[in-house]
Amino acid sequence: MVSAKSLALREHYATPQHQRDTATLGMWLFLATEVMFFGGLFTAFAVYRMYYTQGFLEGSREMTLVIGTVNTAVLFTSCLTMSLAIRAIADGRQFRTYVLLLVTAGIGLVFVALKFTEYYLHYEEHKVPGIWFTSNQPNSGPEELFFVFYFVMTGLHVIHLSIGIGLTALLAFRTAVGRFSPGYHTPISNVGLYWHFVDIVWSFLYVIFYVPGFH
Amino acid sequence: MIAKVRAAETPNYLTAEQGIRSWLLTTDHKRIALLYIAAITFFFMLGGVAALLMRLELLTPTADLVQPETYNKLFTAHGVIMVWFFLIPSIPTTLGNFLIPLMVGAKDVAFPKLNLFSWYLFMTGGCITLYALASGGVDTGWTFYTPFSTVYSTTHVITAAIGIFIVGFSSILTGLNFITTIHRLRAPGLTWFRLPLFIWSNYATSVVMVLATPVLAITLLMIVVERVFQVGIFSPWLGGDPVLFQHLFWFYSHPAVYIMVLPSMGVVSELVAAFSRRSVFGYTFVAFASIAIAVISFLVWGHHMFVAGLSVYSAMAFSFLSYLVAVPSAVKVFNWTATLYKGSVSWDTPMLYAIGFIGLFTIGGMTGLFLAALGIDVHVTDTYFVIAHFHYIMVGGAVMGYLGGLHYWWPKISGRMYPETLAKASALTIFLGFNLTFFPQFVLGWLGMPRRYASYPPEWQFLHIISTAGATILGVGYLLPLVYLTWAWKFGPSAGPNPWRATGLEWQVPSPPPKHNFEVTPVITRKAYDYAGMKEELRLG
Repeated sequence: MVSAKSLALREHYATPQHQRDTATLGMWLFLATEVMFFGGLFTAFAVYRMYYTQGFLEGSREMTLVIGTVNTAVLFTSCLTMSLAIRAIADGRQFRTYVLLLVTAGIGLVFVALKFTEYYLHYEEHKVPGIWFTSNQPNSGPEELFFVFYFVMTGLHVIHLSIGIGLTALLAFRTAVGRFSPGYHTPISNVGLYWHFVDIVWSFLYVIFYVPGFH
Repeated sequence: MIAKVRAAETPNYLTAEQGIRSWLLTTDHKRIALLYIAAITFFFMLGGVAALLMRLELLTPTADLVQPETYNKLFTAHGVIMVWFFLIPSIPTTLGNFLIPLMVGAKDVAFPKLNLFSWYLFMTGGCITLYALASGGVDTGWTFYTPFSTVYSTTHVITAAIGIFIVGFSSILTGLNFITTIHRLRAPGLTWFRLPLFIWSNYATSVVMVLATPVLAITLLMIVVERVFQVGIFSPWLGGDPVLFQHLFWFYSHPAVYIMVLPSMGVVSELVAAFSRRSVFGYTFVAFASIAIAVISFLVWGHHMFVAGLSVYSAMAFSFLSYLVAVPSAVKVFNWTATLYKGSVSWDTPMLYAIGFIGLFTIGGMTGLFLAALGIDVHVTDTYFVIAHFHYIMVGGAVMGYLGGLHYWWPKISGRMYPETLAKASALTIFLGFNLTFFPQFVLGWLGMPRRYASYPPEWQFLHIISTAGATILGVGYLLPLVYLTWAWKFGPSAGPNPWRATGLEWQVPSPPPKHNFEVTPVITRKAYDYAGMKEELRLG
């Protein structure tokens, strides 16, 4: 059942298609701002990585590679379930969409849980800059700088992911009460775009923080 | 294309709904524009008071009216308020919000609720920043240079940064809304090259807003993190680089200059065409000049850092690129001038502002070339020469354009005419006061007067007195429109739909426009500024 409200065409659009495509363009523009938002941090990181190659390498060796790698796999799986959810609603399979969206949000929660486990391990090892940081490395300053970026960047990523989890759960609920149909599921596609963006950010974070310390 | 004008009995956007609630929950782009006009006028006056206090302090060579610490807080308040709470939002959120849907033949912007949300973000950020300024102030200057802002300053840096962070998102969402509107909601037949140049320049502005502002946001976030946790992202003790902050800051803040001046250029294009009754000379060049300025604006930030230890090669590259951005700006100036040639020029108030803009912007732009030159820049960095230069662009340029546009479209917004003689007098007062304020500052800067000082050697007092006298005249000039435009809102004579006999879709709906702008979506068959065709039509009756 599709409620009338979800299909309501705002007065300044010619057709539902017109309204949908406009919303999607808006989402892409928002993602462009997000690229620039994270871009500032990636640029700063790149500069310091060049200044302090050795110190940043030492920082990278302190990463919990196993959790990071598992988390990468976890998040990529959620990409799959999100894509399947969009496909399912396009096919009109609402229950399937509902389940897939819940699974996506659930996998997101697993990621967050693992991430916080990792933060806790860093805390145990006294690797939290500004709160408790010790190091016996010769490049302890740059190593701490590495951890500053690590916490700021993965922290921002977790905030973004949490917003995504909230939105996905909301969409699951709205799917359950029949707000979406093959003809109208723009919010799901657009949150899907956001979800994939957040995953792509993670894939870069994984590469810059975890991979360099791996031998 | 020419729609029949309905009788004035149909309710307009002001009378369609009543009550404070209908304003605070409105999604009508025209009402949101008015909400912004109220908000930015308040901030403009606040920033103006800070400026006036600074000028009064500078009447005497010693710091006597206020302590140097207070002076630091005054110029920070002036900069922060004027940049983020007046100049950046000035034209886009007011005239842009009001006119873009009308000019493209749409009933609203693409995302009306997001538009209202942007206003609330603006007010939230504004209140937070005001709280920071009221509860003790900030003394870092609007530039928040590290490590002073993150380690040594004992003022309310974090609160101010959070306020600006939030206002940044208001700006981003406004830009996003405009880009989407211009792409997706143009009326049938309104191709890109039939759009008014105001739309082109606001489009270019929006691109800069959407792509540059997030970099400011993340930079401010890094400042807050560094200050809260004392971790040293930019401070040297862990190996951080303070110059990196300057790079990130100016990557936003130089393009921000074009966020301020591009919309004014759009306004001037409209005014010059309407008051010389000709199509803008070289329309396509002017349109693409806006895009070119937006693109090049991202590549010139280094010219703020010539003395900060840039390598000589990157300084040369930034110097060259800064010269390059003058080319599209000059294209605009030449084309406006060429539009006047053999036009039927009339000197109504908006035109006075437009001509004022062209002259003052030219001076501001030319002195910008001085500053792009490596040798001269080193000599005048952080002097009043720089202050004078950017006030010629921002006050002489952006504010003149804003006021010109406000006068030009006030009959459309309010439905009433303002008193023309008084308006002309105040335009001339502003022009005179402005030059008297800022021209002596070029001289002061060249003589070596550094910016941000409350005291100075006595031999410069004469120039400072002229400047303060000019600022007083300028202040009066700004108060006059506030008085008579408010008066005209209630008591001005009825303007009718098209008091300037101008082309453009906004003049074909009643004044004030009805809630949904157009009864029937218009179909466009002509180019913008078709004054020749209009004349022909009048001749044929």
